[in-house]
Amino acid sequence: MPGAIQSVERAAAILRLLGGAGRPLALAELAAALDLPRPTVHGLVRTLRDEGLVDQDRATALYRPGSGLRRLGDGWDRHDLRARAMNWADALAGGTGCAVYLAVPAGTMASLVHHVFRPDGSPQTLRTNTEQPLHATAWGKCLLAFAPVATPPARELELRRYTGRTASTVAMLEAHLAAARTRGMATDVGEFEAGVGGAAVPLRSGGGLTVAALGIAAPVEELFGGGGEPRRPLADQLQAAGREISALLVTPR
Amino acid sequence: MSEPRTSAPRERVVAAIDQGTTSTRCLLFSRSGRMLAVAQREHRQHYPEPGRVEHDAEEIWRNVARVVPEALRRAGLEPENIVALGIANQRETTVIWNRHTGAPLARAITWQDTRTGPIVARLVEEGLGPLYASTSGFGPATYFAGPRLRWLLDHVPGARAGAEAGDVLFGTMESWLIWRLTGGPGRGVHVTDVTNASRTMLMDLRTLEWSPKLLEALRVPERMLPEIRSNAEVYGVCAEVLPGVPVAGALGDQQAALVGQTCFAPGEVKCTYGTGAFLLKNTGARIGGSAQGLIPTVGYLVGERPVYALEGSIAVTGSLVQWFRDSLGMIGTAAQIETLALTVPDNGGCYVVPAFSGLYAPHWQANARGVIVGLTSYITRGHLARAVLEATAWQTREVVDAMNAESGIPVTRLKADGGMTADHLLMQYVADVLDVPVERPLGSEAVSLGAAYVAGLAVGHWPGLEVLRGNWHRAAMWEPAMDAAVRERERENWARAVARSYDWVR
Repeated sequence: MPGAIQSVERAAAILRLLGGAGRPLALAELAAALDLPRPTVHGLVRTLRDEGLVDQDRATALYRPGSGLRRLGDGWDRHDLRARAMNWADALAGGTGCAVYLAVPAGTMASLVHHVFRPDGSPQTLRTNTEQPLHATAWGKCLLAFAPVATPPARELELRRYTGRTASTVAMLEAHLAAARTRGMATDVGEFEAGVGGAAVPLRSGGGLTVAALGIAAPVEELFGGGGEPRRPLADQLQAAGREISALLVTPR
Repeated sequence: MSEPRTSAPRERVVAAIDQGTTSTRCLLFSRSGRMLAVAQREHRQHYPEPGRVEHDAEEIWRNVARVVPEALRRAGLEPENIVALGIANQRETTVIWNRHTGAPLARAITWQDTRTGPIVARLVEEGLGPLYASTSGFGPATYFAGPRLRWLLDHVPGARAGAEAGDVLFGTMESWLIWRLTGGPGRGVHVTDVTNASRTMLMDLRTLEWSPKLLEALRVPERMLPEIRSNAEVYGVCAEVLPGVPVAGALGDQQAALVGQTCFAPGEVKCTYGTGAFLLKNTGARIGGSAQGLIPTVGYLVGERPVYALEGSIAVTGSLVQWFRDSLGMIGTAAQIETLALTVPDNGGCYVVPAFSGLYAPHWQANARGVIVGLTSYITRGHLARAVLEATAWQTREVVDAMNAESGIPVTRLKADGGMTADHLLMQYVADVLDVPVERPLGSEAVSLGAAYVAGLAVGHWPGLEVLRGNWHRAAMWEPAMDAAVRERERENWARAVARSYDWVR
């Protein structure tokens, strides 16, 4: 069994110090209390600050417990997610010609936080705030594959068969999720609505935690090539947009 | 998320400068209207006295000189890739400068500044209201640039003598920037465009020329004024920032959004939701009436014939959400107001009228102040959040009602843009209370896109307005879904709340 990680122990000590001091502390005070060189303590406290667990006063540069500590149990606010993702979601729809969805886990369903129409002038209905099954959609499977704590295990889902292609057994769904983890992208080859395909990538906040899925939707034959893989230019744009939005989710709210 | 770069050295793009109230940005657009890069810099807000808000025009010019190369760098492009530069600007902000040195004589007086109240009151007392209404389209108001110019001429040492001697020039922000871009002292081109000129209270809305009568009433020397030009033509060539690139378009920001949203047919309406909200309706060749508290203005002039617009200005929309966040501390971010509002099913009978500095269209009640009515012990933060969002929707409805009454032809859909379109609950409520569909275009940069469009049109990058319609794509549409009886009940409640905000200041 490996030993304790020293930097985690030290970070915990910093949080205890700040929590117990009853007043904001200077870097020198932290370094003295921990008996560590200032650059070492600075690296630790700056990382904690970037994670929102420590706040630093702008004027005095003193440190105090961060507002993020009180929100440890909360995920990202879904409307903050939409606001941060909106420009990139628009650009993704414009670049791929696909509809774009942003989905978060909601019990045994995926809740659509944001929907950008497919930019082809066709009549479409806004699906924002509707829910779709986790096991039958690209964004749902993306959340199952990459956000295992926030979503139920496959065996607890009711694997309703929506089309002939729906993963309707636990073994089939597990195989889909394994493929998604390997590819870094979940797909739906008409498993919820016949003929309508999807692909989705995880949006990760600080530390790599998956907080949402970003997906594109289009007719199956448009989205997928011969081998059943998403067409390369579309997949590349989806991955790039996912990275850009994830970068916006690292900074504290 | 950029377009293929295989032909990068030959890529032809249009640059837009969006000179706004809080920041200056440069955006680059592809032929299909896609944004390729953006760079932004904020400038300082000066508040020398209550009611006074000033900008340093020199600082804004320095920011232009920084954001343009920054946007090019982000897109991996060179000045040779830019076919034309267009400008969209905060309207009615007024600056005067020395034509020999290029130095502003004073800080620019911004559109939010209310110091010209006494000047406007005097014009009204002198019985000049009807002259202004019939010539410039709207009666005297502190909102416009002309009275600010008069204030500068009266208060800045050397301004009047310099103006009469031909040494001092006047401009709104696009004039200032075009003059600097085209070489400044000795070389700069001193022009404005019809949309900005229509916000000065000095231009004849029919002839699109400076009105000698209006100039005389405000004692403004004509020789300090820029030449009025169309929105899409080559005003000059950049000597600075983008050497050799034609400066080929300029529009006031709200008219720019009208063009960016491709509202080219009479009856089409756009609404830009920012700090405040601005509805503009295309009225074609017809100059709308101001009886309903709406402002007839030039929509755009591309080619020979002007297209007019009727404008409804709402002072406080997004800034109410900011107040809710920053002054009341009810939410951590603007987006979280939707989360808070969704904790309750309705407003619980509570209404917020945000008449923070009076009410604009259609009421124009300078002495109104904000009220919250319907408070009971039942009301929670969630109800207040609902009431805050609903205030934006009802203010939109009031302006749309005024537009419908003015023309007799009802608005049938609303094209919305701006930051608040990220709020799904709000957009649905706007559709519900208007009882018409609300649409959002792909890409929220309608203002900058409009400036890019007119500049690109001037140099033949796009063949005509109709082609641009093909660049407009619907990103979302909210359909009305409110019961008619509920809508009517809520409308009456809102009207009663508004009535309570009147005449608070004595």
